[in-house]
Amino acid sequence: MGFKNAPMTSAKPVEDKAKLFSSEICSEIDRWIGKFPEQWRQSAVMAALQVVQDDNGGYLTQELMDKVAAYLEMPPVSVYEVATFYSMYELKPVGRHKVCVCTNVSCMINGSDRIVEHMEKKLGIKLGETTGDGRYTLKEVECLGACGGAPMFQIGNKYYENLTTELVDSILEGLE
Amino acid sequence: MSDDQMVTIEVDGRKLEAKAGELLIEVTDAAGINIPRFCYHKKLSVSANCRMCLVEVSKVPKPIPACATTVNNGMQVFTRSPLALAAQKGTMEFLLINHPLDCPICDQGGECELQDVAVGYGSDVSRFVEGKRVIPERNIGPLIATDFTRCIHCTRCVRFGAEIAGIRELGATGRGEHMEIGTYVEKSIDSELSGNIIDVCPVGSLTSKPARYQARAWELVQREAVAPHDSVGSNLHIHLRRNQVMRVHPKDNESVNECWISDRDRFSYLGLYSEDRVTRPLIKTEGQWKECDWQEALDFAAQGMKKARGGDGDQIGALVSPTATLEEMYLTRKLMGGLGSRNVDSRLRQGDFRGEESAPWLGQSIADLDNLNGVLLIGSNVRKEQPIFAHRLRKAAMEGAWVGFVTPFELDMNYRAEQLVSSPAGMISDLAAVAKALGLSGSLVDDAEVSDVHQRVAEKLKTAEKTTVLLGNLAVAHMDYSLLRHLGALIADATDSVLGFLPEAANSVGARLVGVAGGDGLDSLAMLNSPRKGYLLLGVEPDWDFWNPSLARQSLSEAEFVVALSAYRSASLEENADVILPVAGFTESSGTYVNAEGIWQSFNGSVKPMGEARPAWKVLRVLGNLLDVADFEYNSSSQVLEEARDSSTIQPGGNSSTPGELNVRTPAAGLVRAGDVPLYASDALVRRSNPLQKTNDAISAAVHVNPQVAKDGGFSAGDQVMVKQGNTGATMALVIDEAIPDGCARIPAALSGTGELGGQFGEVTLEKA
Ligand code: SF4
Ligand code: FES
Ligand code: FES
Repeated sequence: MGFKNAPMTSAKPVEDKAKLFSSEICSEIDRWIGKFPEQWRQSAVMAALQVVQDDNGGYLTQELMDKVAAYLEMPPVSVYEVATFYSMYELKPVGRHKVCVCTNVSCMINGSDRIVEHMEKKLGIKLGETTGDGRYTLKEVECLGACGGAPMFQIGNKYYENLTTELVDSILEGLE
Repeated sequence: MSDDQMVTIEVDGRKLEAKAGELLIEVTDAAGINIPRFCYHKKLSVSANCRMCLVEVSKVPKPIPACATTVNNGMQVFTRSPLALAAQKGTMEFLLINHPLDCPICDQGGECELQDVAVGYGSDVSRFVEGKRVIPERNIGPLIATDFTRCIHCTRCVRFGAEIAGIRELGATGRGEHMEIGTYVEKSIDSELSGNIIDVCPVGSLTSKPARYQARAWELVQREAVAPHDSVGSNLHIHLRRNQVMRVHPKDNESVNECWISDRDRFSYLGLYSEDRVTRPLIKTEGQWKECDWQEALDFAAQGMKKARGGDGDQIGALVSPTATLEEMYLTRKLMGGLGSRNVDSRLRQGDFRGEESAPWLGQSIADLDNLNGVLLIGSNVRKEQPIFAHRLRKAAMEGAWVGFVTPFELDMNYRAEQLVSSPAGMISDLAAVAKALGLSGSLVDDAEVSDVHQRVAEKLKTAEKTTVLLGNLAVAHMDYSLLRHLGALIADATDSVLGFLPEAANSVGARLVGVAGGDGLDSLAMLNSPRKGYLLLGVEPDWDFWNPSLARQSLSEAEFVVALSAYRSASLEENADVILPVAGFTESSGTYVNAEGIWQSFNGSVKPMGEARPAWKVLRVLGNLLDVADFEYNSSSQVLEEARDSSTIQPGGNSSTPGELNVRTPAAGLVRAGDVPLYASDALVRRSNPLQKTNDAISAAVHVNPQVAKDGGFSAGDQVMVKQGNTGATMALVIDEAIPDGCARIPAALSGTGELGGQFGEVTLEKA
């Protein structure tokens, strides 16, 4: 028995799972659960967190994570581990536009420091902070796999590559 | 490639034979070749995350981890080549960059794996000049102190929780430098095996909270002992300094406790230093207790016993704690025999003595439990009764064994088990129905109503290969224990299962071997139901150690004379005894326990008894001399042991149960009490260990009923209710608990506030207080 196949499951699953989330969310999570072998419903944890986070205005709460744990029949702490590991999950409220700027090696070599400095000055916030009007959050992330277009950042589901300070200005101004 | 195929490998020029598929680190460990490691642990899954065990292997360009590499024929391994050493040193440097190096104030100092390995592989100067990561203290309960700043993220503790304790309480949250071991939300670690993470943690990140800052490792002397609290007989290392027990650790014994012990075994020693230890003999004259010297107390005790006995030995009886040693038990019986009494019993929490049973063996070896394919537990909250057996059964369950319970309240399990939850009377019908489903007939069985669950249980036991039916503490305390046992035996017989018992205490089996339990005199209930004139109590507290504490107190208080050999004075003892002879506690005396499997385990005293307390076997010996009992000259406990061994004819073997009369005593209607003894209420020592009493398992007296029962009675949660049981009664809080079936009130026993009640099982009524 190994750590991976030791059931990471709870001994007493919650019976009425449908009560945990709205029916849309439940069916979306179920769609993800369906992609994995039956005994591995926990494999849907990343997708489930994303679904729940999107529905909650872009961030997760402990209560929501506990519900995901119950839904997937896994110990809450295993969900916290996933949610705290990946930078795409937020554990505090974020602005309408979350700017995830890569500062990993390729981007750093291509001037991500300048991009960060520029944005910090422009928005008046530091990395990890949100503007007072709730419009922008700046977040430092590791390599997003777009090194060919370094320096880059991600907003929502979109990658913006080969950034320059001018380009950054126009992108940011183009958002509502 | 078959697993037992042998291969030859070469490590540092030495030829070694190994089984194909074995891990390299297992092979080198067996050969005594040292490879440094942190995350590898022989009982846990391989995570290979610390990289300390990197070695060079021929034809592999990079160093690879010995803990995650299986051996191949002809493989050449270099554990100390320049490449291997460079890798190991590099890893060590990384592991130390965030480590606080606070060894001088760390409890692990002197016995720390990180310290040891750093001496071999660390550099004397750190090249890391950046700020180190710091984690503020996290509170995970009264037993374990945390200093996660020292953590090297080996995840042994996390894997222990998931794989051994069976509840995932700790995790590794965050990433990279921000990774942190913890519970994420503040909560205590509640596993009954939690203390083992102190041992698995290779650094000083998890240490014993009660032992914090109490001693340095090199000041401690190590002795051996056997755990007194359950029938596992876990092997212990006692660490002491200047005649004081400073801490308790497991001693590896693969066939008994492996390398684990329960928290009860680890932290109970703190009860030794409780304020109510008796350190001088006490006698009561005209209702007043006074200290006196041994001579006076022993004379007083002997005179009193003689007088109570009068001309009829049957007028006196002895009630012995099942945690007493074999030597103490043997001498008690012999002493009573010398006085013409056969009334000796240690089955103080048994609720029904009809019929006959063999010695309460496990019926199989402890290690056999790992390999069972089907298990039916009757009246056993095994996790909270014998935690190490629960761990063994969980292992079997993880390998696919079916585990079922017949229980008066739903149990909190750490794996998925089938639970047949029903009222005390329902337990009998459930078993009868399973028997019927197996095609059996006879009284009890014929009227049973068989449902799908019963059919399934029968099916599972019949089809699985290695199966067992086990009776636990709750079954023994049941007012129809003999019926549960009888039905259990029928089911075991019909399904080719081993009938076994999960005895309550360290010496429940030993008691049987020396005739202290199941002898031909009166049993404990009979001794109290038809009161004796004189009693000898060994290590028992009237309020907490009896099936029916009210009855016990009444019969004791009416007796002419009560001698108590005890390490503690408690109110109910002072009320009922006439003399208290202070005896040695855990680790203070030599002795022998016979565990559930029937292994005789002897131990020496590790420290001197406190104050003027003396080992109970010596006190009994002197009492025997004063009472002119023949052949009572012993110079050592081993002499007693030898005599006891020679006189005992019972050998571990198959279990049997002969039913007595088959009428059901448990009321079928109304509310019936199920009184379990909580984990940390089991015996005098545990009850006095403060840290254990601060855990969540240390519950307080309360009536637990389900929402419907509460509604019917007009109660809400937290109400103070008057519990009436026969002519006894007590007031306590009401807890609404979905785990309780209809017709049942779970009212735990052996807690302060439950001593006023009657038997652990029996009809009760509830009223608003
Ligand atoms: S606390 Fe100890 S056992 Fe747990 S990960 Fe850290 S070093 Fe390893
Ligand atoms: S380093 Fe920035 S995208 Fe890869
Ligand atoms: S012991 Fe092998 S990687 Fe940790």
